Amino acid sequence: MAAATAIPVPRLIDAAGLEDLCQVMAAEGYHVIGPAVQDGAIVLRELSSAAELPFGWGVRLEPGGYQLRHRDDTAAFGHSAGPQSWKRFLHPPRERLWSATRTAEGFDLDGAEDDEPPRYAFLGVRPCDLRAIAIQDRVLAQPGSRYAARRARLFIVAVNCTEPGEACFCASMGTGPGAEDGAYDLALTELVDEQGHRFLVQVGSPRGADILRQVPSEPAGDATIQRARSAVAAAADRMGRHMEADGLRELMADSHQAARWDDVAARCLTCGNCTMACPTCFCTAIEDTTDLTGEHAERWERWDSCFDLEFSYLHGGSVRPSPKSRYRQWLTHKLGTWHDQFGSSGCVGCGRCIVWCPVGIDLTEEVKALRAERDQP
Amino acid sequence: MTLTREPVSTPGALAPPMRPSRYVVAARRSETYDTVTLMLRPAETPIEPPRPGQFTMLYVYGVGEVPVSVSGFRPGGSGGQVLVQTIRAVGAVTRALCAAAPGDMIGVRGPFGTDWQLHGADGRDVLVVAGGIGLAPLRPVLLTALAERARYDRVVLLVGARSPDELIFTRELDTWRRRDADVRVTVDHGGAGWTGQVGLVTRLIDDAIEDPADTAAFVCGPEIMMRLCSEALVDRGVPATDIRVSLERNMQCGAALCGHCQLGPLLLCRDGPVVSYADAAPLVAKKEL
Repeated sequence: MAAATAIPVPRLIDAAGLEDLCQVMAAEGYHVIGPAVQDGAIVLRELSSAAELPFGWGVRLEPGGYQLRHRDDTAAFGHSAGPQSWKRFLHPPRERLWSATRTAEGFDLDGAEDDEPPRYAFLGVRPCDLRAIAIQDRVLAQPGSRYAARRARLFIVAVNCTEPGEACFCASMGTGPGAEDGAYDLALTELVDEQGHRFLVQVGSPRGADILRQVPSEPAGDATIQRARSAVAAAADRMGRHMEADGLRELMADSHQAARWDDVAARCLTCGNCTMACPTCFCTAIEDTTDLTGEHAERWERWDSCFDLEFSYLHGGSVRPSPKSRYRQWLTHKLGTWHDQFGSSGCVGCGRCIVWCPVGIDLTEEVKALRAERDQP
Repeated sequence: MTLTREPVSTPGALAPPMRPSRYVVAARRSETYDTVTLMLRPAETPIEPPRPGQFTMLYVYGVGEVPVSVSGFRPGGSGGQVLVQTIRAVGAVTRALCAAAPGDMIGVRGPFGTDWQLHGADGRDVLVVAGGIGLAPLRPVLLTALAERARYDRVVLLVGARSPDELIFTRELDTWRRRDADVRVTVDHGGAGWTGQVGLVTRLIDDAIEDPADTAAFVCGPEIMMRLCSEALVDRGVPATDIRVSLERNMQCGAALCGHCQLGPLLLCRDGPVVSYADAAPLVAKKEL
């Protein structure tokens, strides 16, 4: 079985091949989701054609800053993480869990909606985001859940990172810049040079092989494979940021009383942007609603943030009223207690929380400061 | 009665933990001025039998849902199962639950979380310490211990409340005494007509223990009360690992999905609510954790 579907060596497609790939995935019944320029940013949205990809666009990043820029080449994936992540499709911001109707006896839960979960094909998943999906899997992919159903239908085209941004530190977190084997169906490495604009394609699953077989491709030569490998390896040395990952869990456990929390709390607006932009933050609130007649009730799940005062509400008040305690909860969970709860770190080094923080709080700096405070003689 | 609907297992259907099972209030008993016990019977496929200490999510149509520890349970199928839940009116949903009348419908999800692990106390002294409505989650411990009384050495129940008006299950306390439980009651403020003990429940602990190394303690009440009682128990020689406490945080999903009930490394809906004091002590000691 595996032998029949395996494509043994990496293949090569050109920019036109990207369009073929999009059309094949669409013809196979997938909603193709990928990056596109919209509203002054590179967002993730449904694509009807590869032509909608951000060819020739890059980004300029800084703490609290994000700007599109023109590249001097035509690269489609020459940009790092944008404001959104793939969680908005696998773990939607708002989702109705059920609805009910009032009856003489009480209420009746309406029949499960006959909605076949969407089949998504994600085009252009960075290795950091690939790991983020794996991390959310461990939290949300409970048997029978909607997340699990969407996830089981997902087709992933990863893109190895050859151009990290100013806020990136995936190399520190061990999540990139190369995609982890087996975590994707297909993985592309984009090459734009004197030999043209082309993509090295690696196959990660039988499904990936099936799709790729329908796209015109040619075997990749050793020189091309080597060039792609070097480009990814070089990316590891060009990370905009670094975070010392060793001992992070212990550092967070040791730092509950750190004075640094007061310092960061003086800057933090507790707006929760970091949690919305983070590709692994998964918290949700359950909301019950009724219509004006009272005849119809619904239960919704929506993204929530631990920066919200109400998040920890218990009759009588919030467990974490101070901004300091809420920032501490977020960072300690992300880097420390996530290990206890879900067996890994919750940070993939994508840098979104740094870029999309309105006051530019940089967690790599906060960690450095916490470490310095703990280790001071 | 509308027809019972079995959960549908289409790929888009909702997994059971998120879908409430409909129950009907069979009986209602007023415990105090703000606390009510509801006896619930299933109107469709019932929930799995809860273990002592586990909690459910109770839903009032059009109002909302809250976590409530199970205070009693009788197994059985659709007709026979009885789920007992004791609720104190502190917010919109709990007020609506307390106002529920026989025949009213309530949604139930669960059971969720860890249990008291009473059987860890086989052959030893069982010491139950309850503050206020904290007696409700402990009632199944008492009932189980008394139903299999020979399994344990002494069975001691210490009950504390702010005032005599706030004591719950008062009629049952005598029944438990007759069934060979050593029941001692104290209130913070006695008021006119109270002839019993006055003072914090913590002060009953010293006297109640005969063999600390052979005592398993089960403590539930306000967090500060559980801390002080557990510290008193440890001071008296009961190992922290033999003390179990039931902790509370904001619970919304019950299935370790929503993140609200975090207490440091714990997701209390999954890793709690009942945890060993050895695990709880460093966590509850931290401010705003």
